[in-house]
Amino acid sequence: MSQAVETQFAARVIDLHKHYYLGEIVVHALRGVNLDFPKGDFVAIMGSSGSGKSTLLNLLGALDRPTGGQYILGGYDVSKMTDNDLSDIRNRLIGFIFQSYNLIPQYTVLENIEVPLHYRASRQAIDSEDRDRCEHLAKLVGLDGRFDHKPFQLSGGQQQRVAIARALVNNPEIILADEPTGNLDSKTEEEIMQILLDLNAEGRTIIMVTHEDNVAELAKRQIHMKDGQVAGDGLFRG
Amino acid sequence: MFRLFRTINLAVKSLLLHKLRSSLTMLGIVFGVFSVIAMLAIGEGASKQAQDQVLELGATNIIVRSVKPPEQSSSTTANSNSFILRYGLLREDLKLLSKENISGIERSIPIREVSAPVRYRHREMNCRVVGCTSGYFETNNLNLRDGRFITEHDQVKIDTIAVVAAQVAETLFPGEDPIGKSVQINGEYYEIRGITRTRGATAAIGGSLAGQDYNKDIYIPLKTMQVRMGDDNIQRKQGSFSAESIQLHQITLQINGTEEKKAEDLVIPISEVVRETMEINHKGKKDWSIIVPMELLEQAKQIQLIFNLVLGSIAAISLVVGGIGIMNIMLATVTERTREIGVRRALGARQRDIIEQFLVETIVLSGVGGAIGMLLGWLTPQIFSGTQWVYNKISSNTVEVDAGFNNMFADLTPDVQPWTLGLAFGISVGIGIIFGVYPAMSAARLDPIEALRHE
Repeated sequence: MSQAVETQFAARVIDLHKHYYLGEIVVHALRGVNLDFPKGDFVAIMGSSGSGKSTLLNLLGALDRPTGGQYILGGYDVSKMTDNDLSDIRNRLIGFIFQSYNLIPQYTVLENIEVPLHYRASRQAIDSEDRDRCEHLAKLVGLDGRFDHKPFQLSGGQQQRVAIARALVNNPEIILADEPTGNLDSKTEEEIMQILLDLNAEGRTIIMVTHEDNVAELAKRQIHMKDGQVAGDGLFRG
Repeated sequence: MFRLFRTINLAVKSLLLHKLRSSLTMLGIVFGVFSVIAMLAIGEGASKQAQDQVLELGATNIIVRSVKPPEQSSSTTANSNSFILRYGLLREDLKLLSKENISGIERSIPIREVSAPVRYRHREMNCRVVGCTSGYFETNNLNLRDGRFITEHDQVKIDTIAVVAAQVAETLFPGEDPIGKSVQINGEYYEIRGITRTRGATAAIGGSLAGQDYNKDIYIPLKTMQVRMGDDNIQRKQGSFSAESIQLHQITLQINGTEEKKAEDLVIPISEVVRETMEINHKGKKDWSIIVPMELLEQAKQIQLIFNLVLGSIAAISLVVGGIGIMNIMLATVTERTREIGVRRALGARQRDIIEQFLVETIVLSGVGGAIGMLLGWLTPQIFSGTQWVYNKISSNTVEVDAGFNNMFADLTPDVQPWTLGLAFGISVGIGIIFGVYPAMSAARLDPIEALRHE
């Protein structure tokens, strides 16, 4: 991994291109996207299906490599990294929150929060300090008293709280939330969004994909994607 | 170390998620390991049995026996009496194969045996009449129930005395004490001085030595036999009769070790000397054979090796089948847990981590199965005796089975060798690795994006 460069940006995307090959047809999912995410930003990415927002999210999540352009995350150029280095980047710099929570069913709440710690670059065993941190995070997202529950014993909102705690455990540079409230009722949606807003207020950078206006409104900034390009960037009300 | 423990702990958690599936998969390995250990134990037990039978002949003995020469050579042999076929060991051989002539020989024990009816009053029994010396009882592990054995003194006196086997005593003297009574053999009367205990029959060994039933024996001094009965034995069989003249049927040579060499090391070289001596004395006539239990023992050991190899490989096939079962289940598990794999990859797991995770799960599965199989294997003797009990129940109620097989089966004790436990367990873990690598690799090669999208 190359040495990190100190910037005021949590992440930068420079002229990002992504092509998919479906047989003979080339699909241009991203056609030159330029975006800056300053530290402490809270961005909502919007757009209809096929707009390229999922592709952008995959690239921002370091799950995939761009066909062209650059992606700088926490000072590292992620665009041309090896699979192993990408794994380490995801572990260290990115916290994932998914629409369907994606907890590991056979693990308890605390064990789910611990998962990213297993894959630390140092591969250091989990010690009591780590365990204290997991418990602290679980309390922070309001899971006190449910540490030993399995996911099937929890409501959707509670599961998403576990996922948020898990995203925070390695103290990442950015939090990527993919429709975090998509499966939740409006009351729980409010609660989850409040947690995200609180985290942002503490200075965490959050990039969220959503198609719900009322959720997007809560963000500091909204980005509209269309045909693989940024169609609008700024604050849109209503 | 702690990390490995944790990985194993998590693997167990994943396996416990599907208890029935995991235990059924494990069963394949359990039976595989159990059958490997059991087969090897039974093989080992059977070969011990065979070796014990050889050892009954005396590991440090050399046995020289009379053999009827092939037909054509007998007709061309210049014999004074063409009716009587003369062959076999000579009293002269006994003198040559003695302590005085060959060093290392401790004792030479000759016998002559004739099948003859033995009478007491109106009762009659066909017995093996054995002319022997005092050493015979010792070398054949014969014990007295009553009275005494034949002594050197009896030989010198050419006494007409006899020692009978337990079964002979019971048949001829039901409800009577045979000691002091006289039985009639070939018209001569012999006074019974001793009765031997019942002794199990020896099995035939590799065609070179017929099985022997000691329970229909009657023993008389060799010298008495020579003087009273002569060397000729005439047998009438439906219209024809055959006459043979044999001086001695068998000479057992006991070898004792010297200060420099153990008896075991002397047996083979002395057997060569004996062979040469016999060849010279019989002028190339093949009317004798030599049996060296030590050599038979070596053969028995080699047969054991082949036996174990065959049994072990058959059992190993079931282990491989168990391994395929594991692979099948792990492939299904990978498909089922694609989403989990995607999540782990997103949270920072490298391909190696995924391989490690699934490989450890497979090894835990096969290792626990192997451990249970090992326990069952260790209990093989108990399980086998249960089988014997069931077999006896069934066979006693239904058909008559060959007595030899029954005896062999009843006496067989599986012998679990500690190394087979280790071997079988090692193989089961090895199979876990071999059959776990492919599913683990296919799990690791999944595209994280695809895996996350998997429903």
